[in-house]
Amino acid sequence: MTNDHRDAMGRPLVAITGAGIVTSLGGDKTENWAALTAGQSGIRRIGRFPTDGLRTGFAATVDFLSDGASPAPVLTIELAKHAADEAIGEAMIGVHGRFPGPLFLATPPAELEWPQRKALYNAGRHSGLTGYRRLVEAARNGDWDEMNSLFQFASVGEHLAQQFGTRGIPVSVSTACASGATAIQLGVEAIRRGEADAALCVGTDASVQIEALIRFSLLSALSTRNDQPEHASRPFSKDRDGFVMGEGAAALVLESYAAAKARGARVLGFVRGCGERADNYHRTRSKPDASAIVGAIANAIGDACIPATQIDYVNAHGTSTPENDKMEYLALKQVLGDHLAVTPVSSSKSMIGHTLSAAGAIEAVISLLTIRNGMLPPTMNYDVADPEIPLDVVPNTARPARVDMVLSNSFGFGGQNAALVLGAP
Amino acid sequence: MGDDGRDVLITGVGLVSSIGRDTAEHVAHLSNGGGYTVDELRFAPYCVHPLLALDFAGQIPKKSDLKQMEAWQRIGVYAAGLALTDAGIAGDAELLQRTHLIVAAGSGERDIGVDCDVLDKLSQTDDSTTLAKQVLPSALRPTLFLAQLSNMLAGNISIVHGVTASSRTFMGEESAGLAAVENAFRRIAAGQIDIAIVGGALNAEREDLLLGYELGHNLWMGHYAPVWDRAQGGGGFIPGGMGAFLVLEARAHAEARGVQPYARIADVATARCDRADGATQRALAELYGALRSKPIGPLTVLSGASGAAPVTDEEIAFIDSLPSQGAEPIVRAFGSTLGHGVEAQFPTGLALAALACRHSLTPKETGNAEIERPFSGSTAHALVTCVGHWRGEGLALVGAA
Repeated sequence: MTNDHRDAMGRPLVAITGAGIVTSLGGDKTENWAALTAGQSGIRRIGRFPTDGLRTGFAATVDFLSDGASPAPVLTIELAKHAADEAIGEAMIGVHGRFPGPLFLATPPAELEWPQRKALYNAGRHSGLTGYRRLVEAARNGDWDEMNSLFQFASVGEHLAQQFGTRGIPVSVSTACASGATAIQLGVEAIRRGEADAALCVGTDASVQIEALIRFSLLSALSTRNDQPEHASRPFSKDRDGFVMGEGAAALVLESYAAAKARGARVLGFVRGCGERADNYHRTRSKPDASAIVGAIANAIGDACIPATQIDYVNAHGTSTPENDKMEYLALKQVLGDHLAVTPVSSSKSMIGHTLSAAGAIEAVISLLTIRNGMLPPTMNYDVADPEIPLDVVPNTARPARVDMVLSNSFGFGGQNAALVLGAP
Repeated sequence: MGDDGRDVLITGVGLVSSIGRDTAEHVAHLSNGGGYTVDELRFAPYCVHPLLALDFAGQIPKKSDLKQMEAWQRIGVYAAGLALTDAGIAGDAELLQRTHLIVAAGSGERDIGVDCDVLDKLSQTDDSTTLAKQVLPSALRPTLFLAQLSNMLAGNISIVHGVTASSRTFMGEESAGLAAVENAFRRIAAGQIDIAIVGGALNAEREDLLLGYELGHNLWMGHYAPVWDRAQGGGGFIPGGMGAFLVLEARAHAEARGVQPYARIADVATARCDRADGATQRALAELYGALRSKPIGPLTVLSGASGAAPVTDEEIAFIDSLPSQGAEPIVRAFGSTLGHGVEAQFPTGLALAALACRHSLTPKETGNAEIERPFSGSTAHALVTCVGHWRGEGLALVGAA
């Protein structure tokens, strides 16, 4: 069965024919790549709500697509549309508004925010009721169509399906901070099953609002380096003290290689393999032996039908929390063995923060750009080597390198781990 | 499946609701026409079907685990445990490591007390963010955040039951259940995986949940009515507490384990239409037309109709068209008895289909004699329907294994 349209297991090869990205560093691939390779930081003090008194007052927000006063889903949708527009435009696939395949979407769970609750509470002020009874009565007696269309769990997917005319139910997935990678994996699997010739895979997240910030802060997960926000995210550095929330979106147009070639599309790269493994140790921590993330990484490399020695570069999950970076190193060491010593590993989160549900998709696009440009994006703020993590983290300066095969890692709260292997055309 | 796929069997069922704490209680209730349980007062003017009291420790033995979860997660973890036990997987570490987990989820309970306290203080000032900032850091509990995240039902199933091959959570109200079941079915049929547990849970007894649904005026108000009879009153659904998980397995895998299957899932199909007039009926008809292994003759239709208008009437019109495809539909709206499970609705329909097939059972009618006619025969084929109250349509065809 092996031919040039199929992989070593006889499955359809999955090509990437379009990619789009929005982060705090810019609105497209060109802007992001220039900033990422220049070591620029998108992390800054939060301007959209007052933060005095909070333990963390900074994030990598995207401030150029909305007025900052809109609720999170508005920006979540805008980010996703922006990235998908770039990806579909590059792929030149379908006719406008009719994407010829399904949508797989990584997006945060929907939840009303305080301005919405307050609006409902105020609308119910003549009811004589208190608490949620008052909110529910206000909901019943008012016209909240716009709020309703934004705060259902299907909302972001529905808006995207309307805009891009994707086929079937928009599939929204959450594997916490691995969601973006899972969305890509869903697209790969659908194409391998022969159900679709093309898939639109999107990860989007705009979670920098007050309650989300406080919640992560209460988990002691966030950096508190308030005096130097742009230096706060320091993956693998011994003085790392937590992650930095980030916003953004990325989109990939995936196609079966056969379909892409048949329509004369330009192939940017391939998704060679996907792997996952769930952890059952703890709600926020990895098994001490790292076996679950080892499993995810090994499964991705196995799924790509390559030896681990063929990995040229690792785009790390690299959150900058003390726990993650140590466990990720342990896992990489177990899977890559001696090959790790000659494999550069860098974390884009040092510049764009942790984009949560979107991270796996954003970092897949960065991995693709790494292959296409022959340049390794650096790990910024790498000031103090951690003797427990002896890695070539591409410290503080981008570096040219030939890269044919990238491993991109994503690990989530709840023990949901995913890894992707992306390859050159 | 045809030549291009593998048979997908249901080999384990875990089901809890307002009418039963396990599969046996559901079978007894549905065979006898045991009616419904509804609470019309607690959340008036809305009704809910309250979940029967469960001894959660039966499936979640560690107190430390129970303390980390609110009701939604407990219901789901409990039902998942029942399904794993039923399939003979529970406690089999080697098999659990090869079992894939697929969950349809909304999110967990907010702390209503904290929210009300904050709202009360917000109403006394205009500076909402400052106040929220002063109140929230002391009021929010880190553990509550983890109880609220959509993917943490799956996280807790992995931790409590040891299911670890992979873990995926689908979101989007009813579409979440459709996507979850379809994903499990297609991966097994295509040979991508051999065994999975799939399902969802709803805690209906939550004001924050009712608020989310009532923003779109989706809830039924006043006295209980069967789902088919709600259109004249404007339509609406009655949330029902439920948890439904299924173990799905490739035939060869099930046979190698020597496990007795409930039924075979012949096909699953889903769609999204724009809900223009007639679009839902057309979408369902197209989905049905494309299903594999459609039976000729009696077909038990286990309708997941919510009671939302006008889509519930469009579903009736679709069912009325089934004879043109050779089927003789025997319709039962399980939502009239169990309520609407939103994310859990489609998995619940499949669980009931599995029970109907194994026990040669056609559930008793649940109201509206024009639509639900008596039938004394057994179920050989079941069509499970699920039409989202806002978006998402899907069908599953289930038959003897």
